[in-house]
Amino acid sequence: MSVKLPMFEKTAPENVQNSQLRRNLGKVTGAIRVKRARVVDEMPDWEALRDAGYALKTKVLRNLDTYLLELETSVTRVGGKVHWAQSAQEANQIVTDLVKSHGATEVIKVKSMTTEETRLNDALAASGIKAIETDLAELIIKLANEESSHILVPAIHKNRSEIRELFIRTLGEPDLTDEPANLAGAARRYLRKKFLTVPVGISGANFAVAETGTIAVVESEGNGRMCTTLPKVLITMMGIEKIIPTWQDFEVFMQTLPRSSTAERMNPYNSFWTGVHEGDGPQEFHLVLVDNGRTEVLKDEIGRQTLNCIRCSACLNVCPVYERTGGHAYHSVYPGPIGAILTPQLIGIENASSLPYASSLCGACYEVCPVKINIPEVLVHLRGRAIKYKKDHGTLKDKLSPEHLGMQAVAKVFANQSRYESAQKLARMGQGVLAKEGYISSLPGYLSGWTAMRDLKTLPQESFRDWWRKREGQK
Amino acid sequence: MSKESMLAAIRIALKDVPETETPKDTVVPRAYLTRLETSLEERLELFTERIEDYKVVVHRIKENEISANIEACLQARAAKTIVIPTDFPDTWLAQGFSFVQDENLSHQQLDESDGVITGCEVAVAQTGSIALAAGKYQGRRAISLLPDYHLCLVFASQVVDLVPEAFEKLEPSVKNRKPITFISGPSATSDIELNRVEGVHGPRTLEVLLIV
Ligand code: SF4
Repeated sequence: MSVKLPMFEKTAPENVQNSQLRRNLGKVTGAIRVKRARVVDEMPDWEALRDAGYALKTKVLRNLDTYLLELETSVTRVGGKVHWAQSAQEANQIVTDLVKSHGATEVIKVKSMTTEETRLNDALAASGIKAIETDLAELIIKLANEESSHILVPAIHKNRSEIRELFIRTLGEPDLTDEPANLAGAARRYLRKKFLTVPVGISGANFAVAETGTIAVVESEGNGRMCTTLPKVLITMMGIEKIIPTWQDFEVFMQTLPRSSTAERMNPYNSFWTGVHEGDGPQEFHLVLVDNGRTEVLKDEIGRQTLNCIRCSACLNVCPVYERTGGHAYHSVYPGPIGAILTPQLIGIENASSLPYASSLCGACYEVCPVKINIPEVLVHLRGRAIKYKKDHGTLKDKLSPEHLGMQAVAKVFANQSRYESAQKLARMGQGVLAKEGYISSLPGYLSGWTAMRDLKTLPQESFRDWWRKREGQK
Repeated sequence: MSKESMLAAIRIALKDVPETETPKDTVVPRAYLTRLETSLEERLELFTERIEDYKVVVHRIKENEISANIEACLQARAAKTIVIPTDFPDTWLAQGFSFVQDENLSHQQLDESDGVITGCEVAVAQTGSIALAAGKYQGRRAISLLPDYHLCLVFASQVVDLVPEAFEKLEPSVKNRKPITFISGPSATSDIELNRVEGVHGPRTLEVLLIV
């Protein structure tokens, strides 16, 4: 079901122009950056934790078949049922059938990137099942019929007065003020009724322990606890890469994830369940293991590390490109640097060939990544694959287009490089080459397309390009 | 069918990994901290400071003061109906409240109560967290979730310095198939313009009796 995404450089400028988005994004990413730095700096062993996280994920990926089988055995032993789904459709079908078999017409859901990736809600709706998103931000987005713009705070493009209007209109709460506590209260009242009555809960998984069959959901609001505790039936959908070997390994990820993600020492709630617990919580548990393109990522020896990702969103918050364009420009559930490397690999480089160019290769994402994914390395590698694809499959027009020439220039240089030693080196190299070609003066790669296409007059006072120039000038 | 084809696809994708390689061949460096040299006093101080960061009120008390403190906390909130786990000692309870043992109370009943009192399995100074594991005085998960107020008893001996120690202590609970919940402050959201709002779906108030 691969759909070709709109080119990043075509839609990013529209988003750069949306000043509410820019203000909110700037505020959010700035604040989280500062907070994260504070809680990371207080950890004397942070680098050791990153090294351990990287090694653990590498261990799992290199032995993924073994670990999946171990997980299946463990989950089955503790009373759960494991389902295998190669594609998004297959995963959605399994969940839909399970929900139907319980005669449910509504399900409560805790935010899950994987179910967004498979578009589970649409599939359920097609079978007459209503999925109720219970994260505040997801609820806001659902009620407004929009797409999320940030992994962690998907509604950062909405301000409080917009949210107030939305809730007055959709939740039948005429007396709301725009105080955040008041708005949260409205969501609490609306969802409490659902939590108490809906018989089926659907969740994602932050981690699944092969050794014990334990699943972990990390969250802040308590809706995750509600969805995984109160319904009679719990269905968890997870990507096959979410495995960790043993219970003990949480000592690594439960330190790095909260600090990287919400920039807290620990987020408010972590739920760990091990199959079905008699007299406590759901009495039926299903785990759906989803591939949906992940083996394609696994196949690529350089791209493989992308599957280390624990979806903390730290890389988004430090990315200068993301900060200016927002999440919607990436046209994918995975925005920012991780989206730029994950999406093209999941849906095929031919369907998202511009995403690997949505980066300045500044290396900030690699520095903060708690599982040490060398994002710049993967970006450059994917650019190479995009170029190769165009060379092999492109039309004459493609081959003559300035983007193609620009890409060729990059390709030429990188072809001579057998190994890319560091992100920093890459960044210098990439920019230098492009400048030499006289093709791009300020923006690397495909982003240069921005300057050529839109009428610049309508851009806000400071266009991305101006800002970039200024920033580069300051270095 | 999907299982077999998924596994086959994974094995093909991993063709660069030698067939003889096993998980043991990837060495995980564990140079991070797993123990600290601290005194009990330092540990309790850090725990208190860190959990107070989440706007949790901590009362440091002696064991023979439990009942008096429960009374004071509940009175301050004008709480009447309080849920307790079935194994909660009578001697800790105070007069003048309606304590309801969780003999399979319905979710509706839990929702209508004014609060809940539980113990915990382990607490972590480094992060100001408490963990419940359906163990002694902890009850099932729903009782510490639906009431709007959670009063948690933490004994000094249950507090560890670091996150790794907590996971080590919880290992037997997991192996005994107990559900585990880490609680670090009341529920919260930052989804509206990144303003932190305490209390969305879980208990909006968490209070701790630290028993020394
Ligand atoms: S790539 Fe790294 S930093 Fe980005 S979301 Fe994934 S784990 Fe976090």
